[in-house]
Amino acid sequence: MFILIVGCGRVGSSVARSMLREGHEVSCLDEDPESHARLEVGLDKGWEDLGGQFTVGAGLETDALLAAGIERADAFIASTDGDNTNIVISQIAQKRYNVPTVIARILDPLRAEWYERQGMHTVCPTRVAIDMLESAVREGAPRGDAGPAGDGAAEAA
Amino acid sequence: MYIIVVGAGKVGWNLGRELLEKGHEVTVIESNRRRYLTVEQELEHSVSYGDASELWVLERAGIQRADMVIAVTGDDEDNMLICQVAREKYEVGRIIARVNNPRNKPHFELLGIKPYVSATDLILRLLEHEVPDYGLVHLLDLQEEQLEIIEMLLGKDCGVTGRRVGDLEMPEGSLLISVLRDGKGFVPGPDTVLEVGDEVLAVLDPGHEEQLKELFGPAGGGRGNGAGG
Repeated sequence: MFILIVGCGRVGSSVARSMLREGHEVSCLDEDPESHARLEVGLDKGWEDLGGQFTVGAGLETDALLAAGIERADAFIASTDGDNTNIVISQIAQKRYNVPTVIARILDPLRAEWYERQGMHTVCPTRVAIDMLESAVREGAPRGDAGPAGDGAAEAA
Repeated sequence: MYIIVVGAGKVGWNLGRELLEKGHEVTVIESNRRRYLTVEQELEHSVSYGDASELWVLERAGIQRADMVIAVTGDDEDNMLICQVAREKYEVGRIIARVNNPRNKPHFELLGIKPYVSATDLILRLLEHEVPDYGLVHLLDLQEEQLEIIEMLLGKDCGVTGRRVGDLEMPEGSLLISVLRDGKGFVPGPDTVLEVGDEVLAVLDPGHEEQLKELFGPAGGGRGNGAGG
């Protein structure tokens, strides 16, 4: 598969490396040229030497998307640090370039939920954190009788 | 009408003030705290602090009962999505979006966000209108209807002056709809003879500007459409 990842931060770069390792063709687009270095963290060869592609540009720029290969992308991941950018470019990938698999990272749970209902494939890290925290709390055992002496005595009173 | 204006920059602030003066109920939403405090001194309870990209901020501003949402922040993605959510989630009847970067216009169109307003386009239109050499002036684009209306000033070297309207080889899909002469306007018939100094309005299918420009351009300068009649 040819995978285009827009936004090469911690999340984008990790996914890019994993996908490349699994044998996919991976292209990254980020407006910060420095983010290229993040791609090579833990690699013993350069990103391009391993077959990766990297383009500097904004996800909203048509020229940048084309240069990064959106027209032949099988999958598109929007993982910039801006929810709004991710939502807009995902719709562009879906509606203008007919990319078969489009995934948007949306931090705001309310909007992630609504856009999911509109047919967008979303991943909401905030929702995941909320669910994990809640279930961790539910799974925790209540304080036993053998609590700290002072507090326990006060509560029992 | 109840109108929500997003963004209290120069455009949003003045828009808010004007709409209030016209008697509308208005809420201006601003996400920058300092800007909010400045604007709040004048607009008071008609300005609200928050990021309108977040749904609860829109709901707190009463978007469910808004008749119109106008997004004029300095960020095109924000403007697009606020309008998209307003129309599709909250079923607001009318939306208007501001385009900051004209290169983003195709994105607004893709998401069906219209009408949109681009300051660059407005100034270009004005430029066309103010600089007569520019030839033909776009007055109106009826995008839905797939028509546009343009204005042309007939100069001394214009190829159609002294000719009957009925004899002009007007491109198919275009029509002269009025002539402004000596400060008076009238609808031309086939026998109307065009004069130097006439301002003519034409309605046309988009894409025929070039043909019209050739026909109405300097005599002899036209290519292809050689003078027939």
